Amino acid sequence: MSSVTFPGRYESLAKIGDWVREAAQHAGLDSFAVYAVETAVDEACSNIIEHAYGGEGIGDIDCSVEEISEGLLIRLHDNGQSFDPCCVPEPDIEGALEDRAGHGLGIYIMRQWMDEVHFEFSPTQGNTLTLLKRKAK
Amino acid sequence: MEITNTQYKHCDLIKITGRVDSSTAPKLAETFTSIMDDGRYRIVLDMSGLEFLSSAGLRALINAQKTCKRYNRGEVVLANVPANIYAALDLAGFTRLLKIYPDVVTAIGNF
Repeated sequence: MSSVTFPGRYESLAKIGDWVREAAQHAGLDSFAVYAVETAVDEACSNIIEHAYGGEGIGDIDCSVEEISEGLLIRLHDNGQSFDPCCVPEPDIEGALEDRAGHGLGIYIMRQWMDEVHFEFSPTQGNTLTLLKRKAK
Repeated sequence: MEITNTQYKHCDLIKITGRVDSSTAPKLAETFTSIMDDGRYRIVLDMSGLEFLSSAGLRALINAQKTCKRYNRGEVVLANVPANIYAALDLAGFTRLLKIYPDVVTAIGNF
């Protein structure tokens, strides 16, 4: 298992991306799965900065990866406010151009491209998001 | 992320390289805005050097497309879309809202 803590700032996203991409490649995921993991983690960390912390420079994001037989397990932890992703409506991906709001896409992409997405909230321990990406069989 | 903007007679060409995420998407949005504020609404986005596009970048794209297509005055079209980026555009349902061309010359020819 490997863990790194990044400052909760948007400029951290490129470094987080480099770190998780390398971990996904090391775990033996194929090139599209590596891109999918990088995207899901980027969306999750952007949400942590914007929604959990409510802005940049408020708190850190603890990232860890674990290679398991199925694939790669990623955990992202923050100490910001909890939010219920079930409250985020699915984006309209079929409608006309003028009806597209563009919001809710991040969580939608995360759910579509990861095999498991699990949010856990604790008033004392903070928020933990666990993502699983399975290796192609 | 690096952005270059070339103004042609019939359209503008934006070439974008590197990574578009929540940190860099505002710069892409500003580039679109500065072109549109000059009254130019025909834009080709060359994605050949684009390595990563998050939902923040997708929002910048769709907002620009909304402004450009208003009153039928123009549109944003894409060229040289890498496979991973295409997958993200497709998942978001954007491949039906933006024309995609195999190369810049064909995309510019659209205008």
